[in-house]
Amino acid sequence: MKKFLAVLLTATVGLVMAGCNKAPAATTAAATTAAATTTAAPAGDKLVKVGIINNDPSESGYRTANVEDMKKTFTKENGYDAQFFYSLKNDEQIAAAKKFVTDEVDYLLLSAAGTSGWDSVLQDAKTAGIKVILFDRTIDADPSLYEASIVSDMRKEGDTAMAWLEGQKLSEYKIIHIQGVMGSSAQIGRSGALDDKAKANGWTIVTQQTAEWNAEKAQQIVQSVIDKGDKFNVIYAENDDMAKGAVAALDKANISHGVGGDVIVMGYDCNAWALKELLAKKWNYDGQCNPFQASYIDKIIKDFAAGKAPEQKTIIMDEKGFDAATITQEDVDKYGI
Amino acid sequence: MTPANSLKKKNSIVSKFVALTQKQLFIPVAALLALIIFNLIADPSFFAIKLGHNSDGQPILSGYLITILDYGSELAILAIGMTLVTAASGGQDISVGAAIAIAGSVILKVLCGDNSRPDHMQAPIIVAFLVACVVAMLFGAFNGALVAFFKIQPMVATLILFTAGRSIAAWINNNELPIIAEPEFAYFGTFIPGIPIPTPVFIAIACMIVIFLVLKFTNLGLYSQAVGINPNSSRLNGINPAVVKLITYVILGLCVAVVGLIKVSRISTINYSVIAKDIEMDAILAVALGGNSLGGGKFNMPASIMGAYIIQFLTTTLYKFNVLSSALPAYKAVVVIILVVLSAPVVREKLASSKKSRSSSKSVKEAA
Repeated sequence: MKKFLAVLLTATVGLVMAGCNKAPAATTAAATTAAATTTAAPAGDKLVKVGIINNDPSESGYRTANVEDMKKTFTKENGYDAQFFYSLKNDEQIAAAKKFVTDEVDYLLLSAAGTSGWDSVLQDAKTAGIKVILFDRTIDADPSLYEASIVSDMRKEGDTAMAWLEGQKLSEYKIIHIQGVMGSSAQIGRSGALDDKAKANGWTIVTQQTAEWNAEKAQQIVQSVIDKGDKFNVIYAENDDMAKGAVAALDKANISHGVGGDVIVMGYDCNAWALKELLAKKWNYDGQCNPFQASYIDKIIKDFAAGKAPEQKTIIMDEKGFDAATITQEDVDKYGI
Repeated sequence: MTPANSLKKKNSIVSKFVALTQKQLFIPVAALLALIIFNLIADPSFFAIKLGHNSDGQPILSGYLITILDYGSELAILAIGMTLVTAASGGQDISVGAAIAIAGSVILKVLCGDNSRPDHMQAPIIVAFLVACVVAMLFGAFNGALVAFFKIQPMVATLILFTAGRSIAAWINNNELPIIAEPEFAYFGTFIPGIPIPTPVFIAIACMIVIFLVLKFTNLGLYSQAVGINPNSSRLNGINPAVVKLITYVILGLCVAVVGLIKVSRISTINYSVIAKDIEMDAILAVALGGNSLGGGKFNMPASIMGAYIIQFLTTTLYKFNVLSSALPAYKAVVVIILVVLSAPVVREKLASSKKSRSSSKSVKEAA
């Protein structure tokens, strides 16, 4: 028995050590990303110092477009000294925010990976007189801690999509629901819209799984439903990548999809390639998630410089939903990211 | 039959069972049987395979077993390399997921050129694949050199690439997400027209044949085990431990390139932050499930490969029962804990001695 206890103890210690091993990994990641940040040399004191904390540009097409937009706007020519930090991990982002506060930036622009844990660092920022502007993602913190938040209303996106789906007037609704990373505001808003609508209208949700924005995982999930032999006629994926993975599984099983097909395919983000799928009538619906917040932020900062505070704290951007039946080539060129 | 005789027989069955548990193949076979029996009881339709057509009208086989073979194959290929690395260096490469992202990114870069959405591929697939092989082997050599020449612990050495790899992969393609439109590129991860079995299965079989021949006709197997058991004595016997370790990491690099091709071919594009995510854990688990010691030394290649398919069996089973996909790692963790505890020498000794003492006490009673 003693020996057994000893084994257990060793196993626990081993696990704890494994846990510790992970910590350096995170710090190294932060270090490498921090090293990669572009620090513009201070050229005169007229430049506005901004620290931009964003998710990793390789996360998705949305993020790539968003990061490009930020980089294009916050340049020295436009009067900014911008530092960028990218991470998909909330704790690394918070650490970077602390660093920016120590660096005494004028503005902290934040697209948080997770909604919680931001109170103390934002409080520090406030004490230091740093103005915080949230973009793309909201957080669970007291609104007094930030000046403005420029967001997509994910719930509204979801509701737009659901109104469209309801308008299809299918005789029955059997939905495969592929979720994004659980707890992200995009997932919460887009899932919530479906959950409520399904409950109200008595729609069946065949399966509800997170594929963590991953095409391949989405493919496995849909594959599993097909293997099981369950019937479904709607795939509601919370981004384009996962919709693509789902469609790959449908193609493999010879299940027709798109306009006039057996299965309705819905995605989000309006990647150019996804809108082309809509144009080819292989998908049915794609909801826009507007990645271009930089101009909104730029205007707010200029207003602050002129002594004007933004009229509303939360600014919701215009977003569309595209239907394969009505989409045009111009839409693809204009809204594709 | 006298009672003494029957007891003797019983004892011999027990001792045979004990002997069986000591066999290396016991763990994977037992795990596989457990999964099969569980699925048979829960829902025998799990094992149904049907021949259908895909949307291009090509015949394909489908069913859970095919899915297991399909997705298990990439894991099996990785398990080959991981087994060798484990045997020779007594540690595991945790950077394979990131290295797959790099290999996949290289393939797409070569195929796409500067345009991330080409109408036609800019180079033959084989060229892209060979370039990816070279790059992946170089990264393997980097890991191997850290382990072999600088004597850094494998997990720590490969931690470098584990953290940096996905950023490197994104950098190779300037953070763009290339997409290949041509259907030929998808053959490697899906089906070749006219052949109803997923291509990854064939690729895995090819890799297995190659490694079988290599192990049979070269000293790689012997040398890597010798180095893993005792580097000093193998050095005294004229083997250079550093070179053997380096070679195993380079071979793992080659396996990584093959899996990278399958992965990007499956969806004809790449997502740097999520491609092959957490696959290193599955690959290491495959080696452990094969009953191999994670501390290096002797290994059994077929057992590792079997371990890989068993893990996919487990994953697919969990998907079938609608287990939340975010909860999958927790189930695998349970398997890891059981395996690690079972294979700990203390537990093994304890198990063996308790069985021995039980049987001996019985025979004492009988004698009395």
